Parts: sequence; structure tokens; C-alpha cells
Amino acid sequence: MQSLESLTREAQSLAGVSEHSITWHSKGLSANESEVARQMQICNACRYCEGFCAVFPAMARRLQFDSKADLNYLANLCHNCGACLHACQYAPPHEFAVNVPQAMAKVRLETYTDFAWPAAMGTLYKNNGLTVALATAFGLALFLVLTLLFTGKLIHEPLAGNFYAVFPHNTLALMFGAVFGFAVLALGIGVTRFWKEITPGAASVAALGEATHNVLGMKYLDGGHGQGCNDEDDRFTLRRRYFHHLTFYGFMLCFAATSVATLYHYVLGLQAPYAYTSLPVILGTVGGIGLLIGPAGLLWLNLRRSPLHGDAAQKPMDRAFILLLFTVSLTGLALLIWRDTSYMALWLAIHLGFVMALFFTLPYGKFAHGIYRTAALLKWSIEKRQPNKLAVGGE
Amino acid sequence: MWDVIVVGGGNAALCSALMAREAGASVLILEASPKVWRGGNSQHTRNLRCMHDAPQDVLVDAYTEEEYWQDLLKVTGGQTNEALARMVIRESSSCRDWMRKHGVHFQPPLSGTLHVARTNAFFMGGGKALVNAYFASAEKLGIDILYDSPVDDLEIKDGKFIAAKVGDKRYAGNACVLGCGGFESDRAWLREAWGQNELGEWPADNFLIRGTRYNMGVVLKVMMRAGADTMGDPTQAHCVAIDARSPLYDGGICTRIDAVSLGIVVNREAKRFYDEGEDFWPKRYALWGRLVALQPGQIAYSIIDVKSVGRFMPAVFENIKADTLPELAGKLGLDPEVFMQTINDFNAACQPGTFDHTIQDDCHTQGLTPEKTHWALPIEKGPFFGYPVRPGVTFTYFGLTTDEKASVFFDGKASPNLFAAGEINAGNVLGKGYTAGVGMSIGTAFGRIAGTQAALAAQKIKEGSSHAIA
Repeated sequence: MQSLESLTREAQSLAGVSEHSITWHSKGLSANESEVARQMQICNACRYCEGFCAVFPAMARRLQFDSKADLNYLANLCHNCGACLHACQYAPPHEFAVNVPQAMAKVRLETYTDFAWPAAMGTLYKNNGLTVALATAFGLALFLVLTLLFTGKLIHEPLAGNFYAVFPHNTLALMFGAVFGFAVLALGIGVTRFWKEITPGAASVAALGEATHNVLGMKYLDGGHGQGCNDEDDRFTLRRRYFHHLTFYGFMLCFAATSVATLYHYVLGLQAPYAYTSLPVILGTVGGIGLLIGPAGLLWLNLRRSPLHGDAAQKPMDRAFILLLFTVSLTGLALLIWRDTSYMALWLAIHLGFVMALFFTLPYGKFAHGIYRTAALLKWSIEKRQPNKLAVGGE
Repeated sequence: MWDVIVVGGGNAALCSALMAREAGASVLILEASPKVWRGGNSQHTRNLRCMHDAPQDVLVDAYTEEEYWQDLLKVTGGQTNEALARMVIRESSSCRDWMRKHGVHFQPPLSGTLHVARTNAFFMGGGKALVNAYFASAEKLGIDILYDSPVDDLEIKDGKFIAAKVGDKRYAGNACVLGCGGFESDRAWLREAWGQNELGEWPADNFLIRGTRYNMGVVLKVMMRAGADTMGDPTQAHCVAIDARSPLYDGGICTRIDAVSLGIVVNREAKRFYDEGEDFWPKRYALWGRLVALQPGQIAYSIIDVKSVGRFMPAVFENIKADTLPELAGKLGLDPEVFMQTINDFNAACQPGTFDHTIQDDCHTQGLTPEKTHWALPIEKGPFFGYPVRPGVTFTYFGLTTDEKASVFFDGKASPNLFAAGEINAGNVLGKGYTAGVGMSIGTAFGRIAGTQAALAAQKIKEGSSHAIA
């Protein structure tokens, strides 16, 4: 965290803002936060759901829900699995109208928006379908134009998969390095500020280990009993967890492929194209297949999801991100298949266009959920190891 | 035509439907409520009181048949049937694997439930999750389910079930299980049962229904008209003191006020009326609904000071808060002079001791009527808090007489094919009082037995046997 913090300070001073310029404590609760607070007061008097996930045990360590930090922490702990909604005796049409996954989802969007850096960019979360569409159009146009500028044509003699005949390696490294670096910086600043607001205290090795396990294993999509979460109704399935794993690990393998290729290039001096049996291509292919099946499955589940789950206004953001991942993978695999043909440059431009759109929107779209949730899960692993000041008894 | 018609859609009804189906019967469930409200009071439950002789999966230590029976004997004051009660207790030790098979998940003991992990197995997500699991299992097994189908009449001939009726629809079956609850949702019936008190009040008019709005007791009345044998006192019920601001129906668990044993409770006249510290709250909460019902206006006020904050389960509604006691009296609409007299008398009677709300401590009053026997600390440190409480009825105990086969009786003779399970026959075991999770033990035991017996009865009838199965 240390280096990230100093980075944050530097970036803030560059942006001309003083530290803690978005301090929550001076702001009142938003309507969505008040709704979470209202529901948490009901849940805290019931507690039947305490076995499902971390939200309810974390809630039970509190008596009052009047702090923005607490409410946003709880909201980001929620995985929108749906278990508590289907089990809730106070869910609509009950007059208490408790729908925790939905209330939490609405607050999460506010978290992302409040902590966006630069602050003005937070608004991109709110019309995220449009944001992703424009970014994709821009990315595609950029690389198609660049292809024409560099080579004068889109269709060419076969180049034996040599991408750098179209775009010089350093040009690509500079472009993507800059955009990706910005995404890391923007999300890093956002989550660092969030972390400060929710004041978790120091993380022990055990807490770090548990949080890592919970993040990488998607622990809280298991329903607490291992049979999974809810999709269209009250039945539990592991589909969402598995499709998410395929997506996440597919993404990480593709990322690893790029990282290994970078090492090959700069350290070993090995130039692309790499053989089909080389490590970067194998990693990219396996990851790419995961990144096809995973997002396709998540989209299918998203379309079938109970309308009571989550925030309907965020569906465009969810689906835009899922589709962007899918198209990145699809075009990447197409590029691999046709890299020895006259269409390589065209596929390369299309693929890079989608990748650029993904990188552009990384800090202002659905990707942020993983960052803030990881922070919330780490806080939970720290918090649960602290002594509980309350002894309220129980049943 | 079905082998077994099950009237109701809560735990007992679903257990009987599943058991009957497993025994090979075709089964129809007639649930009075729409799908969103299905499950009767089971959607508000949380756990099952289980006998076990040694540690078992989610249960620690042992809870023997004898200890369970003694607990039941104590809370019912002997108003129970030992043979039926012991059968329910024994059944509670062996039903969990069957429940798991039908999708019910039990949760490992957690911090909030640790001290009851010896006696009670908790459903993960509570009773509505259990109801969801049973309905899903029922659908998978091919049980027919009709919602919005409140049975309003039964065709019974010489004690034998012929058909159930919903309006002008008629559902014929070879056997029937009545698992459709008590009559607590029928406020007119409660009014009649409780009558008028010496102040000329109709106490039941001030009751809240903590449970479902669909237990109108219609089938119970049909059975009474048909001459079925009934048992129990219609004023006896699972009745707890709940927040007076709760909704009229379906307030469920979160409306409870757990501050009672930490402070004092006064009635409308600002006077105490019962030992608030008699025992741990989970062992006493079922007494307080009735205690409040017997007070003028059927209302009381739980009063604590700041020392108790964080020592009881949080309440669903905001507390009524004041910096001084007279101000609190004003906010609660109590006579400040009488209220201060009550407080001062109580504070003066508190004996020195070592307060510990996790054990039965030695903080008690002396020379007070009524005494407070544990957790008596002077109420003196502001801010002060009050919670208004009213009687909240979860379910009534008056119902049908049944035997160990869950058979319904007509003039002392068992029906060959009509059975009852759940709240409609719980009064056989539970004449008064309550202890956590015993309602589900009774419903599960009798539900499973009724389902098996109904499938058997239907089989016999189909085979043309004229032998009664009682």
C-alpha cells in the first residue's frame, strides 16, 4: 500500500486537490444509503441470514447504521448472490420491503462514482453502456485509421503473423502502457481513498490470506452451504461462480500471456510472432477460451436473472463489460487463427480496438467491482479478528 | 382424484406431502396463500429443537430425551400428553438427514446462536429457505401444488374424508392431511375466545398477529361442525411481547423486544407487574405476551438505561429516548409521578451484586412486589430508553385431537383417512407456554407421520380394504 499511497499523493497534488478532498464524513447519507441503513436495522433484529455470507456477521457487529463508511463497506461486501432475498420473510410484498441485494447494488454504484479519479469521471459509471459503446467505437476507429496510416491498406500480402510489420512494437507498448497505467492509477487512487474511509486497521498475515482465498475462490458465491447462489429463482446453482471463475482466470491467463510476451521481447530478445506451442500463445489461447465461455455464461445468467436481484439501472454496465471481455477474446482468437493470412492487419486493428476500449473503460465500469469488493473483503477479514464489543445474546 | 390431499403449505403440510409422495402416493397440495406468501408461519421460524445423546453434526454435547421432556413439562406446566410428546422428541433426533435430502441446510453454530447450539439446529437462512427447499423438492418429485386455494369445506362421510373444496372447485382424494395451522389470523375468533375483561375491554382487539395472515381457522371450524374431537384452550397460544408499532400481520422475529430482562417493564399505570429477571429471556419471552394481554389496555413499556445498550438484540424500530426519566414518562404517555415512584422503589430495592447478563447473576431486589430476581441494576444513568410492547400471537394451540398416528377423531373414533399435523394439532403436546424450536419439532414429527399414514390409508382404500387403520 505504501507505494500506492505515495503515488496517490503525487497524483492528487498534480490534480491540484488536497488529500481527503472527498471526505465522506462531511456529507450526509444519500437516499440509497439511507435505504440500506433502514434495511440493515430490520436485518439486525432478525439475523436469519447470518450463515449466507460476510455481510450479515459484519452487520451484527454494529448497532447503528448512520455512517457512510460502514454502509459503503457493507454494500461492497455484498456479492448480489440473492440468497438472503429469497430467504427473506420481509421481502416484498411484505411492507418492510427488504431487498438487501438490490439496496446494496445501488449503493455500490455510488461508491464507484464517489471514489472515481478524477472525480468528474465518476459520471461515466452512470451511463456506462454509452461509455463503453463510445470507447469501443473510438478504439476501433483509432486502430483502423492507424493501420491505414502505417500501411496504406487493410488487406495485405501475408506477413507470417508479424504484427510489428503493421504497428511498431514500441508504439503499441507506449499506447497500451499509458492507458493501462492510467487505469491502474485511477483505480488505485479510488480504492486507496475508499480504504482510508472505511478505516480497517492493520492486516495480519492470516487476514490477508483469508481475504485472498475469499477473493480468488469467490467464497461468497457458494451460498454458505457450498451449493451456490441464486439466479432466476430460489434454487441454488454454482453456475455463476464457475462462469465467473472462467472469466476471471481467463482474463488473468491472457494478462499472463501478454506479460510473458513482454519478458520474451525485452529480456530474452525473442520477437513475436510466437509459435502456437510457445508459452505466450498457449496461455493466451487457454485464457481466451475461458474468456469466451465465462462471459457468454455470465451474459446468459444475467439475462435470466430474477428481476428482483440487483439494480436494473446497472444492467447496461454489467452487460457492456461482459460483452467487451467476450469480444476482446473472440477477436484475439480470430487474430491467432488468421494471423498468417492477408487479413491479419484487419483482425489486429479490430482486436486492438476492443482491447483499447476495455483499457479505457477499466477504471469507469464494471471492472471496479472486483477492486472495491477485494478491499471490503480484506476489511472483513481484519474486522472479524478484532474483539466484538457487543454481547447481545441471541435466540 | 389424488391419493393424498394435503391442506396447507407450511412445514407440517410439506413434510407430509413429501413423505406421502416418497411412499408412492400421488399428492396434491392446496395452499391458501399466493405463492409469495406460501409457507404459513414456517416462513418465520428459524430452528428445530433436537434431541441427541451425543454431539451430532451441528449440535454440540447432548440433549437427552429426558432433559427435553423435562423442559417441555416445565413450559407447559404439565398441559401436555407424555406419550405424544416423547414421540415428537424421539422423532426430532432422526429427521435431519431426511430434511437435508430435501434441500434443507443447517448452519454451523455461529456467534449469535452458540449458546443454543446444544438444543437447536438452525436452518441456514431461516424458515422461508426451508419452505423454498421443500417446495422445490415437492415439484421435483411431481407433487401437484395449487396456490391461492383456501379450502373452505370438506366432504366427510361417517368420519371418512371424501374431498376438499375451494369455492366451487372440488378435489377428491383417498386420504387427507390437514396441515393448515391454527386460527390466529381470524381476529374475530380471537376476540370471541378472549372475551371481555373486568375493565370492559376486549383484550384481543389489541393483539398483533406475529405470524401469517392466512391462518383463518376455516378448516378448523369446518372440522368442528363435522363433529371432530378438539382439544385445548382457545386463549392459549405462542404469544410474545412484541414492539407495539409492529405491523398487524407477519411481523415475525424482528419485532421482538429483548431488553425486558435487563430493565423493568411497567404497564399503562406505570407500575411493574412481573419479575423481569426470572430467567434468561429466551426461556421467558413466550410468557410475556400473555402477561401483557392481562394488563389494562394490553400494553406495557420496557424501560432500560444506557448501561443496557449493546447487551440485547437490537430492535427493529427506533427506541424512544429521553435524557431524564420524567421526560421518558412524558414521551411514553405515562403518569410521571407514578412512574418515578416505581423507578425509585425499584432502584432502592436493588441489592449490590456483580452484574453479568450472560449468567443468572446475583443482582436482585429485596422487599419489592414483584421482585426482580436477576440482573436488577438501578435505572439511573441517562439517556433512558423505552419500548412499547403488545401481545403478538404467532399461533394458537386450540385444535384437533390426534393420536400418535396423527389420526383425527370423531366421537373418540379415529378417522380411517383423515390426519392432522402442525399447529392444528400442536396443542396435544403444547397446552401452553413455548420453548424455542419446539413448534417445528412437532410439525416435522407429525407431518412426516401423517404423510406416511395418509399414503398407507390411501393404499388400503384403493385396495378396497374396509379395515380402519386406527
